[in-house]
Amino acid sequence: MSETKPPAAAKPPASRERIQQARRKWLRTILLTGGVTGAALSGFLPLVYARTKRLRPPGALDEKDFLASCIKCGQCVQVCPVQAIKLADLVDGVGVGTPYIDAREQACDFSCDAVQCILACPTGSLVYKKPAFLGVRKGAKLAAAPILKAKEKDPEPTLNLAERIGVARLTRPEACLAIQGKGFKGQVRGASFKGRMRYMEVDRWKPIGISEHPYDLAECDLCVRECPVKGAISIETVFAPDGTKRKSPVVHEPCVGCGVCEMICPVEPTCIVVDAREVWNT
Amino acid sequence: MNNPYLKRRFLDQIAVMLGREARKPSAISGRAQEIHVLKRATNKARLQEAMIAHADAKKVHTWRNRRWAVLLVVNLFFTLSFWLDIQILEGALTASRLIGFHLIDLNSALQVMLAHKHIIVNLVIGTGTVFVLWLLLGGRTFCSWVCPYHLLAEWAEKIHLWLVKKKLVTDQPIDRRLRTGSWLVFAVLAIATGYTVFESISPTGIVSRALIYGPGLALLWVLALLVFEVFFSRRAWCRYACPIGLTYGVVGIFSPLRVKYKLENCFHEGDCRKVCLVPHVLDTVIKGRAVETAIPIGPDCTRCGLCVDTCPTGSLTFDVKGLSRLL
Repeated sequence: MSETKPPAAAKPPASRERIQQARRKWLRTILLTGGVTGAALSGFLPLVYARTKRLRPPGALDEKDFLASCIKCGQCVQVCPVQAIKLADLVDGVGVGTPYIDAREQACDFSCDAVQCILACPTGSLVYKKPAFLGVRKGAKLAAAPILKAKEKDPEPTLNLAERIGVARLTRPEACLAIQGKGFKGQVRGASFKGRMRYMEVDRWKPIGISEHPYDLAECDLCVRECPVKGAISIETVFAPDGTKRKSPVVHEPCVGCGVCEMICPVEPTCIVVDAREVWNT
Repeated sequence: MNNPYLKRRFLDQIAVMLGREARKPSAISGRAQEIHVLKRATNKARLQEAMIAHADAKKVHTWRNRRWAVLLVVNLFFTLSFWLDIQILEGALTASRLIGFHLIDLNSALQVMLAHKHIIVNLVIGTGTVFVLWLLLGGRTFCSWVCPYHLLAEWAEKIHLWLVKKKLVTDQPIDRRLRTGSWLVFAVLAIATGYTVFESISPTGIVSRALIYGPGLALLWVLALLVFEVFFSRRAWCRYACPIGLTYGVVGIFSPLRVKYKLENCFHEGDCRKVCLVPHVLDTVIKGRAVETAIPIGPDCTRCGLCVDTCPTGSLTFDVKGLSRLL
């Protein structure tokens, strides 16, 4: 029976079907390629939004090199004793899974003493010292190894950090309590604030909640008092434009940009902020 | 490897991993041909035997259960290590430290090396360790035994197959060469832009981080992939797109641990191909295709053991190259 059937008549419809199937398969392949590539392109948004400056952990390479080398494993997150480091989400615009610090919520107070996040980084995105082939931006390099106030009396008082991650700046001097000559009493940032810090007089190795450590200051100098780095900020007598003398916090060259001043400022919104990736301009 | 038939098949299977369709072999060894002929002669009796064997065989899930247990334990180990702060396994699947010893995912490491164009010692140590680890364990073993997205995709596949059975959806196959393409595209993108763009969409990294550091919006992308796989194309990400699978597949080329196929007792009824996560590697079990009496399954095999569980005759078994000769 089958021999009587002309083979040519039976074959073409089947092969047309085949061709159509193959064509559909190609279309789907192109569709999936487009989908994956499109989704991948969204990964480039952090490069486009390079202006969304977020504070990176200490020792971070310059942003472009940082994005190239970060493997998004979060080991820096795990070692931080105050959990200052968070991983960015899809909408943060700084690269899914890359670490950043929101200083107002929880700044890095170097309570690990050794900048553990750098030690933890497996890819060299965070480094104590940049490799030779990477340039150092002018003003990013610290003039001297920063002295950690907490271990000033130790034989080795310095912090192993060569470059700053930002610079603190007094953004709202008109609201600053020190400039107004006001004091501060009570819990900085309120009872519900989750931020933590290491207080040497409490426990060198155990950071506590800032809300557990109330203050009573005749004149507010919190940003100077709690700055972990020696000589990075001080209260100076300055002349106002109208010629009157008054006191004001002044940021100096040793500032590494850790953001403790931003976290500890009791005024809402804060009077002092860290400009991420900013360099020291003389 | 002195056997010319196996040598040709070995190279063929690399091409199949890169996306070529599995083909009929051009030459079959005399021993295998004898068995094929013998099987053709005793076909009817054997078919009956096969049906009896299948009726007798209980549904075995030994390897699947072991595999799921390992996968869950590994991923929970990451999570618990961080939550309980016991610091035994720090980091995520992309890079971690086991009791201080660096482990770095091969594909992530590759992306970073291509983007950053600078390799530090820790990266070399971690990548080397993981390379040796998966070289010993079978390459794509990573996919089915460790990758958390793979487990989600397996469950999505179950839903997909159920919907297919109900005739609510049909599987839309996609060209497997796409995976090789995407591997190249992401490599080139990393070199050209200096940014590890694949890492930002890698569901392996996203799910792993979500398990350890808490869920985020990036999981929406993972969800979109799963929806695509349930309603459109069976396990599409792992099969057709994921460059991680290809990277580990290349490691698997040299791995001594693989599934071995023995021709003699096989009924060729094809149940193994139905359960296989990567059926193109099991083309050799099709009647008349085996080029030798015993054949190692190719590098794209994820060593998941589903076929080993399913085979009623023990024709598919885990095997370590050279070990049986030693014993």
